[in-house]
Amino acid sequence: MNAALVADLTAALSADRVRTGTTELGLYGRDASNFPGSAGVVCFPLTTAEVQAAVVAAVRHGVPFVARGSGTGLAGGATPLDHALVIALTKMDAVLSVDPVNRFAWVEPGVLNLDLTRQVTKYGLHFAPDPSSQQSCSIGGNVANNSGGPHCLSDGVTASHVLAMEVVLSDGSVVVLGGDEPEPAGLDLRGAFVGSEGMFGIATKVCVRLTQNAPAVRTMLMDFETVEAGAQTVSAIIAAGMVPAALEMMDQLCVQAVEAYIHAGLPVDAAAVLLVEVAGLPHGLEADVARIVEIGMAHGAGTVRIAQDEAERALLWKGRKTAFGAIARIKPNYYLHDTVVPRRMLPEVLRQVYAICRRHDLLVMNVFHAGDGNLHPLLVFDKREPGVMERVHAAGEEIVRASVAAGGVLSGEHGIGIEKRDFMPLMFGPADLAAQAAMRAAFDPSGLANPFKVLPSPGACGDVQHVPAGAWV
Amino acid sequence: MDLTEFAAAVGGEGPVTISGLGTRGGPVAGVRCVHAPAGIEWVQADEMIVSCGAGTRVDELVAALAAHHQTVALPAGGTVGGALSVGHGDVRRLGYGPVRDVLLQARYVSAAGELVKAGGPTVKNVSGFDLCRLLVGSRGTLGFLGDVILRTRPLPQTSQWFTCSAGDPFDVFTKLYKPISVLWNGSQLWALLEGHPRDVAEQAAAAGLRAGSGPPALPVGSRRSVAPSTIASLTGDFVAEVGVGIVHHVDPWLRPVGDDRAATLAIAIRDQFDPGRRLNPGLDV
Repeated sequence: MNAALVADLTAALSADRVRTGTTELGLYGRDASNFPGSAGVVCFPLTTAEVQAAVVAAVRHGVPFVARGSGTGLAGGATPLDHALVIALTKMDAVLSVDPVNRFAWVEPGVLNLDLTRQVTKYGLHFAPDPSSQQSCSIGGNVANNSGGPHCLSDGVTASHVLAMEVVLSDGSVVVLGGDEPEPAGLDLRGAFVGSEGMFGIATKVCVRLTQNAPAVRTMLMDFETVEAGAQTVSAIIAAGMVPAALEMMDQLCVQAVEAYIHAGLPVDAAAVLLVEVAGLPHGLEADVARIVEIGMAHGAGTVRIAQDEAERALLWKGRKTAFGAIARIKPNYYLHDTVVPRRMLPEVLRQVYAICRRHDLLVMNVFHAGDGNLHPLLVFDKREPGVMERVHAAGEEIVRASVAAGGVLSGEHGIGIEKRDFMPLMFGPADLAAQAAMRAAFDPSGLANPFKVLPSPGACGDVQHVPAGAWV
Repeated sequence: MDLTEFAAAVGGEGPVTISGLGTRGGPVAGVRCVHAPAGIEWVQADEMIVSCGAGTRVDELVAALAAHHQTVALPAGGTVGGALSVGHGDVRRLGYGPVRDVLLQARYVSAAGELVKAGGPTVKNVSGFDLCRLLVGSRGTLGFLGDVILRTRPLPQTSQWFTCSAGDPFDVFTKLYKPISVLWNGSQLWALLEGHPRDVAEQAAAAGLRAGSGPPALPVGSRRSVAPSTIASLTGDFVAEVGVGIVHHVDPWLRPVGDDRAATLAIAIRDQFDPGRRLNPGLDV
């Protein structure tokens, strides 16, 4: 613990919002990923000025600082390293203003994703990015990770829904990036900041775009005898010129786990299930539903279940969004991966995922954003089994490599964080990485904003906790 | 010309400027000028992506995509590189989104003369920092675009302009579901609706719109960017993009002074990417 830093923080905030107890440091020493970290101090600012004071104090003492929302990140982006100061933004959770006509809102970063949508439902609006963690993840975290979700297929990821931000930079300055006007002067600093995983600064206010609720929605479930048939259906729907609101897929093991959990009458004998949602105006929607059913049948869909009411629709979505909880019925632990491949490569890459997992003697469930080609292989295991973690990591690396080799990318929505930092050279050469490092150097010349994430350090030995603070280049 | 030749042409020393068709300001005068590679490399209609040289004409790209019943949300005219580097959308921005959301991957030549890749070929991608967003609208000051992968969108079944008299543009605006464009000049309103023909007709009828031609001629004195809530108080000869905040006005406009700390940050970025200011020298972003 850095006593001088704690004293400065206590003076700037208040003693009850600066915590150094073993329990707090343990709780805030990691995010939802599998990577352990080490928090030195945790503080809970209430205002931009307090965030600013915390950042200034950290930099003055040469201590790294890590912004944290709800800690639901899966790539270690909010995991503090080197006894960093954790700046928890959960108490900055106010919706500051809503313009229901022009459809945007200013919110604090600790506002939960689903809470924002709940607060603007009365205007017929919602916040489009809807990660499966939307009940607990924060808008600030969505900004840091450029989060996605099932409905990003038609509506786009977080970067498309953030108009402006107030941010605190490591030099202590408070800067507004972007604006509620459409073409703010200068470079798109807003766009650069979204997805910077806390390494550019800390967002203290966010102006988000709100999306009109669709007048009509149809949600349907189709089942297939093979995973390939389901994946080919996905490609065929998009190729036919339709962009459904969501196009999600679950394989058999996943459907069985979910069905045992929610009892929704899901087809547990099918090899794969597609959840398709179409939203919009009634005539276009009915035409799309008819064409999607036709395409599904042409690809061998067994049954097509169309939700008859909102309750049934909610149940189908509950199955999709609680899949990760349902797997606890199979094994106590899981490792969730996140890569993207071209849709046309889904059947081939899925075949490889199953083969990789068979080779490493691991169970895998697939539940993913098929319309985006965004794979989420879920390796389920019991970490008490000797040697299982080595197998999990080896299989994970092979899945990442197979995805990139298929023309895909490292991450669709979880981010790079610690998890995939050392895989970045699979996608980017030295000059490409240098350009990304240059962005960071401009925003954070101190190198203290969430260091050692995203970009592989030159010559890194992989043991990030021993990289000296401030060694960033 | 391939990318390697393009990089060699840009080189690593001395001032250099880039030009497409010169429709968006053209090259910096008196400086050695290069041109980006042109031509469509491939169209992957089932992936809704297209790859082309930055020197490709937007109209050529739009025509090629139309054969696949798709289009790209770039403003007409000039080159793809020019449209991206300036970053201004057209009147369909309300429905099609800003230009910055179109660019998925770019390969550009840096101030050091190196080829650099930003982004990736998939729509969903959070692998590293979002350099593509920074490039759009940067007017070549961070690097010269060589080739790009763009997101496409399906062509609508129907696309039709409607019009009506309107003292308050928001009366109509709030009655429409995801219109592609709503324009207003203080007394008349134009709306572009797309989708299923029956939905388009029903939307128009419910909002009190009648079929008409559009878009109207846009005044060219200034292109203003304002908070969309402020357009109701505009005066003079203008056409405003409702729900967006772009105003095409006959009078010139002095942009209000922005956040100078953001300007300082932008300078820090340019210092990183082009410390010698050799790319499009003298050009302000």
